[in-house]
Amino acid sequence: MMDRLLELLNTDARMSTEALAVMLDTTEEDVKNRIARYEADGVIRGYKPLLDYEKIDTQYVEALIELRVTPKKDFGFEEIAQKISRYQEVDSVYLMSGGYDLHVRVVGKTFKDVAMFVAQRLAILDGVVSTATHFVLSHYKDQGVLMTDMPGDERGNISL
Amino acid sequence: MDLENMLSQRTVSLKPSGIRKFFDIANEMEGVIALGVGEPDFKTPYSVRRAGIENLQHGQTRYSANAGLMELRRAICDYMLRKFNLSYDKKTEVLVTVGGSEAIDLAIRAFLNPGDEVLIPEPCFVCYAPIVTLTSGVPVAIPTHEKDHFRLTPEQLEAAITPKTKMLVLPYPNNPTGAVMRREHLEAIAEVLRRHDIIVLSDEIYAELTYNGRHCSIAELPDMKERTIVVNGFSKTFAMTGWRLGFAAGPAAAIKQMTKIHQYAIMCAPTTSQYAAIEALDHCEENICQMREEYNSRRRFVVDGFNKMGLHTFEPEGAFYVFPCIRSTGLSSEKFCEELLYSKKVAVVPGNAFGDSGEGFIRVSYSYSVQHLKTALQRIAEFIEERKENQP
Ligand SMILES: Cc1ncc(COP(=O)(O)O)c(C=O)c1O
Repeated sequence: MMDRLLELLNTDARMSTEALAVMLDTTEEDVKNRIARYEADGVIRGYKPLLDYEKIDTQYVEALIELRVTPKKDFGFEEIAQKISRYQEVDSVYLMSGGYDLHVRVVGKTFKDVAMFVAQRLAILDGVVSTATHFVLSHYKDQGVLMTDMPGDERGNISL
Repeated sequence: MDLENMLSQRTVSLKPSGIRKFFDIANEMEGVIALGVGEPDFKTPYSVRRAGIENLQHGQTRYSANAGLMELRRAICDYMLRKFNLSYDKKTEVLVTVGGSEAIDLAIRAFLNPGDEVLIPEPCFVCYAPIVTLTSGVPVAIPTHEKDHFRLTPEQLEAAITPKTKMLVLPYPNNPTGAVMRREHLEAIAEVLRRHDIIVLSDEIYAELTYNGRHCSIAELPDMKERTIVVNGFSKTFAMTGWRLGFAAGPAAAIKQMTKIHQYAIMCAPTTSQYAAIEALDHCEENICQMREEYNSRRRFVVDGFNKMGLHTFEPEGAFYVFPCIRSTGLSSEKFCEELLYSKKVAVVPGNAFGDSGEGFIRVSYSYSVQHLKTALQRIAEFIEERKENQP
């Protein structure tokens, strides 16, 4: 079973160690140590805010790209996946089962930026057989968090 | 015709809670950070909802047997045995009702003769006394105190018993205090009851939400099952408030009379809900554990939060409420809640809504996300601080 500490951090990574200690019925020291160990072991790889780009005045476009790849002898998908991961424009890279091999999320300022990146940097890589680019139009939910404003509490404010 | 004059005097005379007004104001106000509701924030487990949907798709939409679907009664008996060591006969000793609420109503109606007294430890959920009154009985409040962890003590019980005492309501785990009665406390109560002819109405609707150890039912103790009606339900355990389903378990002679009233007044509990409830009892243990664990983290967070802001808070061991003492602010419960609502838009329930002995306390529900609780606690802390500063 997953450590309850990780579950709590997963709902709110900014919870203070003090609050976490209270909720887990342990000491702050213990919480700090456990988090430090998770960080050292690479279980916790980072902390980021979940941004709603629709509310930020900036140019922002993202695309999900399906890549078909010919795996390399002895290396499989590893080598090309690592290579793609190193591009700054690439936000995430997943190895997939099913109809294609690598799922790549690319972020740029404009549609043209992203399209150029795919055509000139990804598609030409050794081993890439084909690409299919899907632009993202709207986020409804990200990482378990609703990106639309919550409707009111149907339970009302007060009841016995 | 003057309609007012036509209405039942007894119904009209039921205590018109002054708090109703506060409730209306709180529920109409926009932008409130509420800590006021008495139901889970979780959704009913998906498999239970699916069971309801499938049953509707199959068109199983008729009345069930009066006492409830036999398969559900089987599941209830299995559950009671598994969880509380209580063995009941599915054919004669359980009744499926419209929420725990109906089970409480039936149990009171099945036992009371005019003038019979019913002992009710307070603060408690609000339904018992009015039902007793409507049944021509006499509700007798027994105030419980924080120094006793809001438990009923055997001395208090003994002192309240008269020749007219017919029934004791045992509302633990308790709404609003979060108090529980552990086995040793129940044993002391049982010791007194065995010497008298008194029926126990044990409202165990929050049994699964017990945090330091397993819930113990008074019916589990020697000689107690034969004089106890256990009320339980699906609302809190499985986050199924809107399905309106509960049950009563007890001696066959009592269940028989309760079923008779139920048959005349209700016919049967909602059939769709009954089918869904079978899934809940048979397959949702993991969901219960998850919800309990989540509530438990919130419980510790909220108790700690109140104590840190200087509102002394007793450690509740059950349900999903904390019951901070607000006497240090110099305000009455209602005044505290009103001022908090108007100045900080945080809604909590005045303790005296649950009986006079709740005065000096507020009920805070933690059936909210930690994020929500955090914001609300911050606002309450500000409220307390600002009051301190403004005091001479
Ligand atoms: C102590 C107690 N008993 C019974 C009930 C009734 O629950 P239901 O009728 O939904 O089963 C409630 C609901 O708030 C309660 O708090």
